[in-house]
Amino acid sequence: MAVVLAATGAAIFVLPLVGLLSRALGSDVWRAVSAPTVRTALWLSLVCSVSATWCSVVFGLPLAWVQARSEFPGRALLRGLTMLPIVLPPVVGGVALLFAFGRRGLLGLWLDQAFGVRLPFTTAGAVLAETFVAMPFFVLTVEGALRSMDRRLEDAARTLGAGRWTVLRRVTLPMIRPSLLAGAVLCWARALGEFGATITFAGNFPGRTQTIPLAVYLALETDPEAGIMLSMVLLVLSLGVLVALRHRWLGAL
Amino acid sequence: MSLDASVQVTLGALDLRVDLCVGDGEVVAVLGPNGAGKTTLLRALAGLLPLDGGAVALDGVVLDDVASGIFIPPEQRPIGVVFQDYLLFPHLTALDNVAFGLRCRARSQRESRERAHEWLRRVGLGDRATARPAELSGGQAQRVALARALAIEPRMLLLDEPLAALDASTRAEVRRELRRHLDAFHGIRLLVTHDPLEAIALANRIVIVEQGYVVQSGSPTEVTQQPRSSYVADLVGVNLLRGVAANTHVQIDGGGVLTVSDGGVGPVFAVIHPRAVALHRRPPEGTPRNVWKGAIASLDREGPRVRVQVHGVPPIVAEITPEAVAALRLDAGGEVWVSVKATEITTYPA
Repeated sequence: MAVVLAATGAAIFVLPLVGLLSRALGSDVWRAVSAPTVRTALWLSLVCSVSATWCSVVFGLPLAWVQARSEFPGRALLRGLTMLPIVLPPVVGGVALLFAFGRRGLLGLWLDQAFGVRLPFTTAGAVLAETFVAMPFFVLTVEGALRSMDRRLEDAARTLGAGRWTVLRRVTLPMIRPSLLAGAVLCWARALGEFGATITFAGNFPGRTQTIPLAVYLALETDPEAGIMLSMVLLVLSLGVLVALRHRWLGAL
Repeated sequence: MSLDASVQVTLGALDLRVDLCVGDGEVVAVLGPNGAGKTTLLRALAGLLPLDGGAVALDGVVLDDVASGIFIPPEQRPIGVVFQDYLLFPHLTALDNVAFGLRCRARSQRESRERAHEWLRRVGLGDRATARPAELSGGQAQRVALARALAIEPRMLLLDEPLAALDASTRAEVRRELRRHLDAFHGIRLLVTHDPLEAIALANRIVIVEQGYVVQSGSPTEVTQQPRSSYVADLVGVNLLRGVAANTHVQIDGGGVLTVSDGGVGPVFAVIHPRAVALHRRPPEGTPRNVWKGAIASLDREGPRVRVQVHGVPPIVAEITPEAVAALRLDAGGEVWVSVKATEITTYPA
């Protein structure tokens, strides 16, 4: 009985992949990949996801540091809020972003009036949406590493004459390097696949905000070959992430 | 050259109040049980822990003074620390570990590496320069940690349980080596340990710290022969009683009176070696001046002898042979007579 249930469970994962693969093998891949919409979406996805990862590292590392190393009232609340996007439906995230950075949003209104900066329905908006959804993965991974590392190593470095920056650069960051990389990869993978928040906040404009997931969704209606092709790209990238992080999650595979 | 420290730190349940002066020619060991505040003291001296009160001066330079608000951060103190577990940087080679402090002191990379190599050679590890800490044995890691601390040419060397992480087979050899390096170091040398053997082997002055306070300070001989706390007495394995002397009589604090050769007048410690304590089934006759009755609390085999704990007034530990235990048919709970000659009791002012 248990074996049957387990097999059914596995089938739920495996069958869709088989379905996608069998369909992909029969299709004209090269025609699809050379289609301008596909290439535009691929390029845009790369730009957006890498930018979002970069933003997550730049802002997420200090955030992880503060959460791991300092004591202040409301820290638990801050940690909770940082984790919220992981469980929050991305669409809700997109709506929330609209009310913060939209043209009439809390900050958006000011940004527009003071600098003429408009985020919604721009590439920068897509990056922001992806950062919103993906950064918690980076922060969480790095915060855990900062907590679990032996802080006495930092003490040892200080007695050897290292100031705070030197300690960070030559001891702390090298010590948590595996987690920095894992967090960044995880964050990038999440950003790459982002759909809900992006389409809600940034819309679906080819060349501007139409990333691969959005293109897949649209292509299934108009150009199934391109949709399949793009799905395959995401599948291969996901597998790549899995292989890259296998030691972290799966032990020796 | 000297260290003059008055360290007051409150950390959780620990209330540390230690005044410490270490002179140039001395190697001082701070000895105490776990949780006595030894590591806290070391961290405070290194500047890794802020003082709640007191002051620290090294060679007359104030490093820390709570009253006047002076605090020199650890990276600017001329202090080398060998940490417990050594805390080598796992991502750096042995050479880069030793060169770390030199690099921080703005030496060029080439000069740092050359000097680090020289230090590795000095501790006998010239051929292990490219090894990562994970590839080093415990003894080798200890030597790298020592080289790393010495390479910055500190004015003071602090060692936290320098041999505790080693297994017994390598400890004696590493201890000899360490002694050699300590002798060669010109500066203040202070180590903390919970191992009396380590303290006696490495230091020429021992400071006993218990529950955050100094209870005794003196040469290894003084400390072991005239213990001033039950912790040291237990380490040395002797009976320590405290009382008030009136020439040949000592009224013990917990009850009982001992006859001694000459106890002077006033509060004293009385030390009785367990081997000087005789046990009898019946009240003994003869010369011993101190005879009292007690109940056997426990019998513990220790090497070729048996330690017998007797609950009496005063309580005492006797050390006798297994044959004697059998001949006297001693058993836990049984009654026994204790006798100690007056000449076997050492007294000194408390």
